[in-house]
Amino acid sequence: MSHTHDRRISVEALARLEGEGAMHVQVTDGHVERVELSIYEPPRYFEALLRGRTYLEPPDITARICGICPVAYQLSAINAIESLCVEPGSGRDRGLDVPDGIRQLRRLLYCGEWIESHVLHVFMLHAPDFLGYQGSIEMAADHRELVETALRMRRAGNQLLEVIGGRAIHPINVRVGGFHRTPTRGELDAVVDELTWSRDAAIETVRVVAGFTFPEYIQDPTYVALRPDAGSGPAGATDYPLEGGRVVSSAGLDIPVEAWPGHFHEEHLPHSTALHGRMRGGGTYLVGPAARFNLNADRLPDELLELAAEVGCSPPVTNPFRSIVVRAIETVYALDEALRLIAAYERPEVPAVPVVPVAGVGHGATEAPRGILYHRYELDAGGLITDGVIVPPTSQNQPAIEEDLLGFVQSHLHLDDERLQWQCEQAIRNYDPCISCSTHFLDLTVDRR
Amino acid sequence: MDQGIGRPTVAVWKFASCDGCQLSLLSAEDELLSIAEEVHIAYFLEATREVVEGPYDLSLVEGSISTPDDAERIRHVRDISTTLITIGACATAGGIQALRNFGDLDAFRSLVYARPEVVASLADSTAIAEHVPVDLALRGCPIETDQLVEVISAVLAGRKPLTPTHSVCVECKLRGNLCVAVADGTPCLGPVTQAGCGARCPAFARGCYGCFGPTESPNPASLSDWLEEGLGVDHPELLRLYRTFNADAPAFRTESRRHEEVAP
Repeated sequence: MSHTHDRRISVEALARLEGEGAMHVQVTDGHVERVELSIYEPPRYFEALLRGRTYLEPPDITARICGICPVAYQLSAINAIESLCVEPGSGRDRGLDVPDGIRQLRRLLYCGEWIESHVLHVFMLHAPDFLGYQGSIEMAADHRELVETALRMRRAGNQLLEVIGGRAIHPINVRVGGFHRTPTRGELDAVVDELTWSRDAAIETVRVVAGFTFPEYIQDPTYVALRPDAGSGPAGATDYPLEGGRVVSSAGLDIPVEAWPGHFHEEHLPHSTALHGRMRGGGTYLVGPAARFNLNADRLPDELLELAAEVGCSPPVTNPFRSIVVRAIETVYALDEALRLIAAYERPEVPAVPVVPVAGVGHGATEAPRGILYHRYELDAGGLITDGVIVPPTSQNQPAIEEDLLGFVQSHLHLDDERLQWQCEQAIRNYDPCISCSTHFLDLTVDRR
Repeated sequence: MDQGIGRPTVAVWKFASCDGCQLSLLSAEDELLSIAEEVHIAYFLEATREVVEGPYDLSLVEGSISTPDDAERIRHVRDISTTLITIGACATAGGIQALRNFGDLDAFRSLVYARPEVVASLADSTAIAEHVPVDLALRGCPIETDQLVEVISAVLAGRKPLTPTHSVCVECKLRGNLCVAVADGTPCLGPVTQAGCGARCPAFARGCYGCFGPTESPNPASLSDWLEEGLGVDHPELLRLYRTFNADAPAFRTESRRHEEVAP
C-alpha cells in the first residue's frame, strides 16, 4: 500500500486550539521521520516588557498572555511576588502571610477558571473530534442539548469569575496581597443554583465522554504536577492542586517551587518553533490534567474516584486520548470545591493585606487548566522588576506532544491520510495546547514557505 | 452575500493577541447559537476545522500587526472582506505588546531568545488601522460580549451600532459608584477612558486602568496635573499608568511620552 510508505501530512492552520499552530509529519519508507508541531504566532516579549514595571503590575500584565486562563497567570505571578515581599511590621524579612480567607477566595476564583476552561475544551474543542464534527457549531445541529448544556456550564464558571474577579476574561479584582474588594455572602449565594445544576451536568458529562471511542495508544511519560502539603505555601495539606504546592513527578521528584530552576530548563532548538521545556539531565515530561490526576488521585473525594472507576478511568490514565475524561472529572471536582468553598465562606476582615517590596528573587507556580504555570521575578529594592521568567504549560508539553505524535503516527500508518491527519489533530488537542500562552517565548516557523 | 446558503458569511481572524476577544464570541452563551443561525460562520479556527473560502461579508479581526508575514496577511484579509471590524485593544491600538514600540526590539528579542536572529518581528506592534482601512473598531481589553453582539447585529441590519463614546466617569455616575479618585485618593483613568465596560474597576474600589483606551476628546494632560498635584502621583507612575494595554493609542502615547521627558 503506497500510502504507508512515503507520505507527508501537513496541516497549515490547526483548528480548535487557543492560538495559531501547524503540524507537519514526514513519513519515508514507512518510517516516521519527522513530526513537528510548529507555532507561527508572533512573539509578544512579555518577559522583556515586564522589566521596569512595579511588583504590583504582573497580575494585570501577564493575564494578557492568555484570554482562556488569565487567573492562572494572575495567581502564579502573585505567588512569586508574595514569596518575596512582606507585610510592613510583620517582623518577617521575606514572604507574605496571606489570611486564610483570602487564600480560600483565590482558590474559589480559580475553580471558576477551571470550570470555564475545561468545559470549553471538553465540549467545544475536543468532543467534535470524537463525534465526527468539524466543530461545536456544526455539532450543535445534531446535538443541540449537549452544546446548550456546555454553554450553561461555561456560564456558571464565568459567573463565578465575574462575581469574584469583576470580569470573566482578564479579571480586574485580583491584586498582590489579596483583592480590591471581597464579595458579600449574598453575591456568592446568587451563583450557587447554577453551580449546583452544573455539578449534576458535569457528572453526566463524565459518563458521556467516557463512552466515546478512544484510539488505542499508551504512553509512558514522566508526569509532573503540583502537590500541596502543609509547608508548601498557599494550598492546604490535603487539597487537590490548584493554587500551589510542591513540584512532584512520577519519577520521584519532590521539590519546593523555588527549586524549579535547578530541575527544569527551556531550550531554544534550531529545528523547533518553541522554547522546549526539559528536565535537567532527563528528557521530556508532561504536565496537565492527566499528570495531576495520576499524581494526586488520593486527594480526590471517594465519590469522584468511584465515578472514575465506574466509567473505567481509574488512575493512572495512560492513553492521552482519555484526557477528555480526566478534564470532565476535574470539572466535577472544581464545581464540588466551589460549592464547598462558598458554603464555608466568611467575608475576610480586609480585602488585602498591605505589601512592601523586598529585593531578591521570588518563585511561584499554580496549576493552570493545562498544567503547571511557573513564574519567577527579580525585584530591586524599589520594587521594580529587573528580570522575569514565565514557563507556561504548553512550552513544557510541546516536546512530549511531538514524541507522542511520532509514536502515534508510527503505530497508525494503516489509516488513510485524511483519517490519520484528523487523528493527529485530535492527538494534539488531547493536550489542549494553548499557543497564545507559549508564544511569547516562541520563535517563528523558519521553514514556512 | 453568502453563496448558496443565503446567510451572511463571517470570518474571525487572529493576529498577535491572547485569544480573549474571540473567546468573547464563544462566551456569548445566550446568543452564540442564535448568531450561528443568523450568519454562516465561515472561518473561525478556534471553533471549527471547517473553512469556507472567502470573500466574506464580515471579518472580525483580533490582534496587532507585529511581523512581516502578518503585515501581508492583513492586506489579504481586507481584500476579501466587505466589512472589517477590529475587536479589542491589540487590533485597535497595538495591545500590551506595543510596549516594545517605546523600547529597543533587539534588546527585547535577546532577552527572550537564545537565537534572536531567527525571530522575525517588526520593530513596532501596530493597530490594524495603520495597515488597512477599518470600518469599525471595538474597544476593550477584552471587548465586552454585549458590545460584540450589538455590533454584529447592527452590521447585519445595516445600521450604526450603539457603542458609547463618552468617558468611564459617566458610567460610574450611571452605576452609582463612589468616585475612587476623589473619595479614596486612588489614581484613576476614568475621565480620559472610553466607556463600555460599565465602570467595572471603580465598582470594585479600584481605579480605572484604561482597558478601553482614550475617549473621543480626552485631556490626559489635565488629568495628570490633577493626579500629580492632588494625589502626589509622580512622573514614573504617571508614565506607567498610561503605558499599558492601549499604550500606543495616540492620546495615551503622547501623554506617557511627556512624563518620560520629565521623569528623572
